[in-house]
Amino acid sequence: MTAPLVNASRFRQAHAADWERLERLVGLMERRSIRALGDDDLLALPLLYRTTLSSLSVARETSLDRALVAYLEQLCTRAYFQLYGVPSSAWTQIKAFFAREWPRAVQALWRETLAAFVLTAVAAVAAYLLIRDDPTWFYAVIDEGLANGRDPSASAAKLRESLYGKQDDMLATFAAYLFTHNSQVAIFAFALGFAFAVPTAMLLVYTGLMLGAFFAVFVPHGLGAGLAAWLAIHGTTEIFAILIAGAAGFRIGTAIAFPGRLSRMDAAVAAGRLAATAMLGVVLMLLVAGLLEGIGRQTVRTDEFRALIGAAMLMGWLAYFYLPRRRDAA
Amino acid sequence: MRRNRAPRTRVRSFVTPEGVDLRLELGSAGARAGAFMLDTVMILVVLVLGTLAILWLLSGARQGELLMILWLLGAFTLRNGWFILWELGGRGATPGKRMVGLRVVARDGGRLTGGAVVARNAMREIELFLPLSFLAQRGAEGSADTAMTIFALSWSGLFLFFPLFNRDRLRVGDLVAGTWVVQTVKAQLGAELAAERPRRHFPEAALDLYGVYELQTLEGVLRGGQADSVATVASIIRRKAGMADDGDDLGFLNDYYAALCARLERGLMVGRRREDKYAR
Repeated sequence: MTAPLVNASRFRQAHAADWERLERLVGLMERRSIRALGDDDLLALPLLYRTTLSSLSVARETSLDRALVAYLEQLCTRAYFQLYGVPSSAWTQIKAFFAREWPRAVQALWRETLAAFVLTAVAAVAAYLLIRDDPTWFYAVIDEGLANGRDPSASAAKLRESLYGKQDDMLATFAAYLFTHNSQVAIFAFALGFAFAVPTAMLLVYTGLMLGAFFAVFVPHGLGAGLAAWLAIHGTTEIFAILIAGAAGFRIGTAIAFPGRLSRMDAAVAAGRLAATAMLGVVLMLLVAGLLEGIGRQTVRTDEFRALIGAAMLMGWLAYFYLPRRRDAA
Repeated sequence: MRRNRAPRTRVRSFVTPEGVDLRLELGSAGARAGAFMLDTVMILVVLVLGTLAILWLLSGARQGELLMILWLLGAFTLRNGWFILWELGGRGATPGKRMVGLRVVARDGGRLTGGAVVARNAMREIELFLPLSFLAQRGAEGSADTAMTIFALSWSGLFLFFPLFNRDRLRVGDLVAGTWVVQTVKAQLGAELAAERPRRHFPEAALDLYGVYELQTLEGVLRGGQADSVATVASIIRRKAGMADDGDDLGFLNDYYAALCARLERGLMVGRRREDKYAR
C-alpha cells in the first residue's frame, strides 16, 4: 500500500479511532448523563479529550482539509463543555446552596441590607407621623382594594375583627397567591436594580410607607401591639426577604454605577451572580412567609404566640445568615 | 494592519486550559429570538394544557382549593422556572434553544453556576414581562393612553434590541450573569477527498494557479456534489490551466484537488502558506 498523499488522510489513519470513540462518549453524555459511561470509558475520557485537542492544533497547522478541522473543532467544543462547563449534579448544588452559598451571599450584602432597612424604616416612620397628623394622607398611600375597609374612618371593632376574625375560606389559596405575588415583586426589585437602583429604592420606600400607614390607623384604637403581632408572624420573614431583594438590587445598581477597581463589566458580573444567589433564597423565604401568613396567622390567634413565632423566625434567619461559620477550603 | 475594532464575525476566541483556541461562534440575534419564541409557545401550551387539566379535575372533585393552589404555584414555576431549570441541566439550553442549536455558556469558560443562570433569567422580568404586563393591565382597564403605550413599548424595545448594540450579542441578563449564547455545531467526519493518488498529471503551471482559499472552496464544491457547479468549476480550471476536456469533470476535480492539496501542504511544511491566488 502506498503512503497517503495528504496530511488529512495520514492523520485520519492515525487518530480516527480515538476521535470516533470520543464522539460516541460525548454523544452519550449529551443525551443522557455522565453516569451512562462505564469505568473504562470514564478513565479514557480525559485522555481522549486531550488527544483530540492536540489533533485539532496539529490539523489547523498542517492540514488544508477544512471539513476535518471543522469536525475536530466541534468535537473538542462539545467535549470541553461536557468536561468543564456542565453544572455539578443537582444534589451537590442544592447542598452547596444551603450550606454555603445562600448565607454567604446574604452576608456579603449586609451593608446594602442595612441601607434597605434604614430606608424602609424611615419611610414607615414618616408615613406614620404624616397620617397621625392628617389622616387624609392615608388615601394617598394605600388604595381602597388593599385597605379593604381598614382606613382612618373605620371603627375599633372592625379593625379588631380584621386582626383576630375568623376567615378560613380559601386560606391556603390566599397563601399561595401571596407567595407568587410577593416573589414576583421581589424579582422585580432585583431586576430593577439594573437601573442604578433607583426603582428598587422606590419600591422599598413604598413598602415602608404602607407599613407606617397601617400603624397610623391601628395605633389610635389601642391596637398597635395587636397589629405588630399580626404582622410579625409572617412579616419578620417577609419583610426581611424584601429587604434582601432590595439589597440585591442595590448591589447590582451600585456595581454598575461605581465599579471601583474592576471593569464595569466584571463588577456587574460579580454583583449579578452574588445577588442572584441571594434572590433564590428570597423566593424560598417568601414561600415560608406565605405559609406562615396563610395558615399560621389564621390558626394562631393570640398576640403572644404570633409575636413569639415571628421573633423565633427572625432569630432563626439572623443566626442562619450572620453567625460566623468555618470557612471551608473550597 | 490596523485592528482597532473587534472582528465583525461572530466567531470568538475561547482558549481552553490546555491552551487551544476553540473559536466559538456566537448565536445570531435571529436564532435567539426564534428560540425565545419557541420557548414562549411551549410555555403557553403547557400552561393551557395544565389549566385545562385542572379545570377538568375541578369539575369532578371536591378539593377545589388544592387545585387552585396547584395552578398558582404551577404557573409561577412555569414563568420563572422554565428557563432556569432547563439551563441548569447538562445541556445548558431550554428546549427552544436546543431546537435552534444554541447553548448558554459562561464567558470565562467555567462552570455555569446557579447564580449565573438565575441572574440572566431574572433580568428578563424587566426586559420583557414588566412593560408588557404593565401595558396589558392598563389596556384591560382601558386606561392605556398613547404616551403610556409608547413608553412601555420603547422600554421593551430598548432591552429587546440591546443585543444588537453590542458586538457579543449580550442581553442585559447575559451582561449581568457573565454568560453568552453560542451555537452548538454537530458535524460528521466527512469522506476523504484525496484518498487515492491522482491518475492525471498536472503541469507545474496548472498547480501554481491557486492558494488555500481556492482549495477550500473547491473542497466545498466537491463535498456539495452539485453537478452544475462541478461542471462550471472544472471548465474554469481547465481553461486557466490550458488542459483538454476529457469528459470526466468529477474525476478531474478530485485529481486536481489531491494534487493541489499535496503541493500546498508541502509548502506548509517549509513554512510557506499561500493564502489565495493573489499571494505569491
